[in-house]
Amino acid sequence: MKEQKETKVHVQDLSVFYGDNKALNNICMEIPDKKVTAFIGPSGCGKSTFLRSLNRMNDLIENFRIDGVVDIDGINIYDKSIDVVNLRKKVGMVFQKSNPFAKSIYENVAYGPRINGITQKSKLDEIVESSLKQAAIWDEVKDRLGYSALSLSGGQQQRICIARTLAVSPDIILMDEPASALDPISTSKIEELIHDLKNSYTIIIVTHNMQQAARTSDITAFFYLGELIEMDKTRTIFTNPAKKQTEDYISGRFG
Amino acid sequence: MNRTTKDIIIKGLTLTSVLLILFIITGILAVVIIGGWKHLTWEFITQFPKEGMTKGGIFPAIVGTGIMTLVMTIAAVPFGAITAIYLAEYASESSVVAKTIRFAVKTLAVVPSIIFGLFGLGFFIKFVGLNIDRIFNQGALHWGQPNILWASLTMALLTLPIVIVSVEESIRTVPKEMREASLALGATKWQTIKKIVLPGSSTGILTGTILAISRGAGEVAPILFTGAAYYLADLPSKMSDQFMSLGYHIYIMSTQSTNVDDTLPIQFATTLVLLILTFSLSMIAVILRYRIRKKAKRS
Repeated sequence: MKEQKETKVHVQDLSVFYGDNKALNNICMEIPDKKVTAFIGPSGCGKSTFLRSLNRMNDLIENFRIDGVVDIDGINIYDKSIDVVNLRKKVGMVFQKSNPFAKSIYENVAYGPRINGITQKSKLDEIVESSLKQAAIWDEVKDRLGYSALSLSGGQQQRICIARTLAVSPDIILMDEPASALDPISTSKIEELIHDLKNSYTIIIVTHNMQQAARTSDITAFFYLGELIEMDKTRTIFTNPAKKQTEDYISGRFG
Repeated sequence: MNRTTKDIIIKGLTLTSVLLILFIITGILAVVIIGGWKHLTWEFITQFPKEGMTKGGIFPAIVGTGIMTLVMTIAAVPFGAITAIYLAEYASESSVVAKTIRFAVKTLAVVPSIIFGLFGLGFFIKFVGLNIDRIFNQGALHWGQPNILWASLTMALLTLPIVIVSVEESIRTVPKEMREASLALGATKWQTIKKIVLPGSSTGILTGTILAISRGAGEVAPILFTGAAYYLADLPSKMSDQFMSLGYHIYIMSTQSTNVDDTLPIQFATTLVLLILTFSLSMIAVILRYRIRKKAKRS
């Protein structure tokens, strides 16, 4: 495996249960720093559950239970001493359905910094501008920052949500099928954006779209029925997978 | 009888009952408006009753209803809203506490209003009030008798279920995705409630408040034993004073009158004032509610 300093997230024997239902079974995984890692697999294979275990969004679900260890920068995020609020500042998340707040574009992006106690207007302006620029939407919205974010198109809303996530300066960005509800042009914009962001952030993306995984990611992990079947360089997974199930899935034989 | 005929008959029956209801409502309104319209003058609204309440206006009853409604709102809305936040945001659906509260709220909503009046008399006046007097006033009767505070608090209990139900309903119209987005940005639960959930449901909270107010403003039974007075020469100046109320005034005018010919127009005009008051409050609530529903559908 890789040297320790390049590993951002280290998962050891992770199992997740919803009540009596086991959603993930003994997952072990190392996610590299400042790379794009894609999770693929058929619906219900546990990839979204796994993603949500990395910023503890699963905690919100009743009857949720977890076994095993998730280390981020060498610290177990399920340790009792961990403050979930701080964890989520460090591990941002972009959701499948764009979910901007019913507030202005500016207030959406400024929301994270504000709850972190930044009140100085000039500082907020600066964060909003740089976040919108990083999310490649500044030019489209710079003249109407006071407009409701809900007035934007779906693709623009999703980039606002990405900008909102960037505004709290996370280390890791989790993306749960971020382009699945978007048209092809908006999708390609999001993909370009992922490409630009990977120099500064560790990105983990769940996708149903195998071309998207192939286009955007460096590493791909294939999940099936709650198990991690295979994880390797994206090119290897798509050209020369080690496991028969992976080959069957990417060649479209099931899923 | 073939099926088409049956259809026509059913349609006719439903239409008839709708028309009947409309007829009854219009009838009531017409009687009140015709009977009270002429008497509803500026003087009537701004003057005290005169000559054994056979002449003059209903100013103290309007003021009394206003103060009672205000105090009731201040007591019921924050309490009800906080309960609703607990039910919608903190309690798990299956928890015993939440189920108990929900059961209590439903029960409270169907308790006859006169029972609230008796409870207010027994609890606020005979228990709380008398004990305050015993401890702080050496037994001198001060709080241990009907007054505007106890009447308002009794009314607050009556309106509490309305506030809780409508606030909880509107909190639930805020989509789960908004809460998740906020939490994923590192907001605490309370920050999420304060900055996302409550602003998103402010119209609903307002609607609940207005519905509660319009219900409370028109009720009589809860204040019968807890603070409403037959006639007062002065406006209430402190919370331990009694007060006159519109609903109670109507009751008095129709049952205790010394001169029916003189008091009948007063009675109609008072009813008209009360109706205008509660109707306009309900209309505002209906409009706000319509806007919330539209918003909930969009998301």
